[in-house]
Amino acid sequence: MNTLTQARTALLAGDLDALTLVNEHLARFDEQNPTTGALISYQADKARTDAAEADLSKPLGGLPIVLKDNINALGEPCTCGSKFLQNGYTAPYDATVTRKLREAGAIVMGRANMDEFAMGSATENSALANTVNPHDSNRIPGGSSGGSAAVVASGMALASLGSDTGGSIRQPAAHCGIVGMKPSYGRVSRYGLVAFASSLDQIGPLTNSVEDAATLLQIIAGHDPLDSTSLDVPVPDYSQSLTKGVAGLKIGLPKQYFAEGLDPAIEELVRAAAAKLEREGAELVEIDLPSTEAAVATYYILAPAEASSNLSRFDGIRYGQRSSQADGIIDTYRKSREEGFGPEVKRRILLGTYVLSSGYYDAYYTRAQKVRTLIQREFSQAFEQVDAILTPTTPTPPRKLHEADNDPLQDYLADVYTISANLAGLPAISVPCGSVDSGDDTQLPIGVQVMAPHLRDDLVFQIGARLENSER
Amino acid sequence: MPKLTLKKDFQSRTEALETRVPDQQIALKRIAELARLDLSADELATFENQLTPILKHIDTLSTLDVEGVEPTAHPTPVYDVLRADESRPGLAPEAVLQNAPESAQEQIRVPKVVDAS
Repeated sequence: MNTLTQARTALLAGDLDALTLVNEHLARFDEQNPTTGALISYQADKARTDAAEADLSKPLGGLPIVLKDNINALGEPCTCGSKFLQNGYTAPYDATVTRKLREAGAIVMGRANMDEFAMGSATENSALANTVNPHDSNRIPGGSSGGSAAVVASGMALASLGSDTGGSIRQPAAHCGIVGMKPSYGRVSRYGLVAFASSLDQIGPLTNSVEDAATLLQIIAGHDPLDSTSLDVPVPDYSQSLTKGVAGLKIGLPKQYFAEGLDPAIEELVRAAAAKLEREGAELVEIDLPSTEAAVATYYILAPAEASSNLSRFDGIRYGQRSSQADGIIDTYRKSREEGFGPEVKRRILLGTYVLSSGYYDAYYTRAQKVRTLIQREFSQAFEQVDAILTPTTPTPPRKLHEADNDPLQDYLADVYTISANLAGLPAISVPCGSVDSGDDTQLPIGVQVMAPHLRDDLVFQIGARLENSER
Repeated sequence: MPKLTLKKDFQSRTEALETRVPDQQIALKRIAELARLDLSADELATFENQLTPILKHIDTLSTLDVEGVEPTAHPTPVYDVLRADESRPGLAPEAVLQNAPESAQEQIRVPKVVDAS
């Protein structure tokens, strides 16, 4: 039993009770977390109390869900993988997604490790824990939601939530061999998510099946007056999309996503997944997204710029780290931030401050915003031709730990296939499509990505459900 | 290729303080000041080495033609969302103060902001 659907069936049939289910999870946390490092913390007693009161009549009644450690849950830590918030911050409220999970009956338990403030693609930038890939402990789980992916892939949890700013749900899902979905921008409230880059961030599910991802999005989606970017448009019944099939759909394969830099073994698996859809009646169309190559540069201007602004709230005054070495107010800001932030966060704050500084603003920031318009336009034009777009999720399998320690650009460039969906606000899913041999007696999972027009989250589930069946 | 240098007027303050370090390092130090980061000399050197190739990469955007293109700040067209002007519950003082590094008299205690001299 590894899906929410299966666990719910067992609970409703009386084959399992909620407290037993939670206790099984806690036992797995105790047993596996010392080696996977997927969780930063968990509160066993609180989870047992919640399980004892579980209401099975609700859609997620009694089902445990792990949260990435940047999503607030009342009374729990919310460290963002940072020393800055390791001490001196306990969430004083529930994020909207946390509240919705609780209202749906879920047991919110476990705080998943992550790259500090969600900045990274390997979870190696966490200041608080080391997470490894459950398929090969010498390799990265991906990131920044690496803990959220590893808990699900290792069987420690049935499902989790992560956040995705440039691929941070889909890339770790691909690297860990599970399903990860980034909803359309505006589909899910970010109230209570610690902000990284506000024009890009979305919260989404990491699960063992496309059906579970649809189940979770159904619960967490919708308008929220507490997030002015959440859209006031109806949420369709995503479960209906799962059985529609792909006959008659036009699916675009952008040639820039199958170009130099893509591992040939990954290309083979992704093309095989596409061919399976073709056999089921979809039409494959080669499309052109010429600005793809510019997406990484655009992202690494816009995301650090927004981050440098968002992270100015961490000043040592209201919560978290306050330096005891400081002399005066300005020095308190400077030293608290110097002591509390790790290297990647400092790099991105510096980069963001630089591109926003007077004299450079137009050359970098405004120009990147214009290229973002070009990227959006290309997707709009592509969606006049095709219903959805299919690509690899990552150009390479998960790399070995610490291979990019001194060369952050190496990891930035590997985000090339996931970043555009954030820049254009599109829904996108990564679904497992096979594995490659690592050469070290391990099999490394590979993901295939589907992107669809804004607010067509239903379509990524519809196609994702058929891709999933290509493997099993 | 972009260098981590700023226009003269932005350098003046730090230049006066750090006349002996090379230009690029002065500029990064100035950026760190703007970002309120008290970086060590080692960090300044490391970050400069790491940021230079990153800036070189992001500068590839300068080759694209964006003449007449409107900038996009936000992926969906949402403007000026207002809520009703009605009072609603907020966090209780104790919920906020539990996280404050220092507090006194139901307020967050901060270092002195205004110098009396």
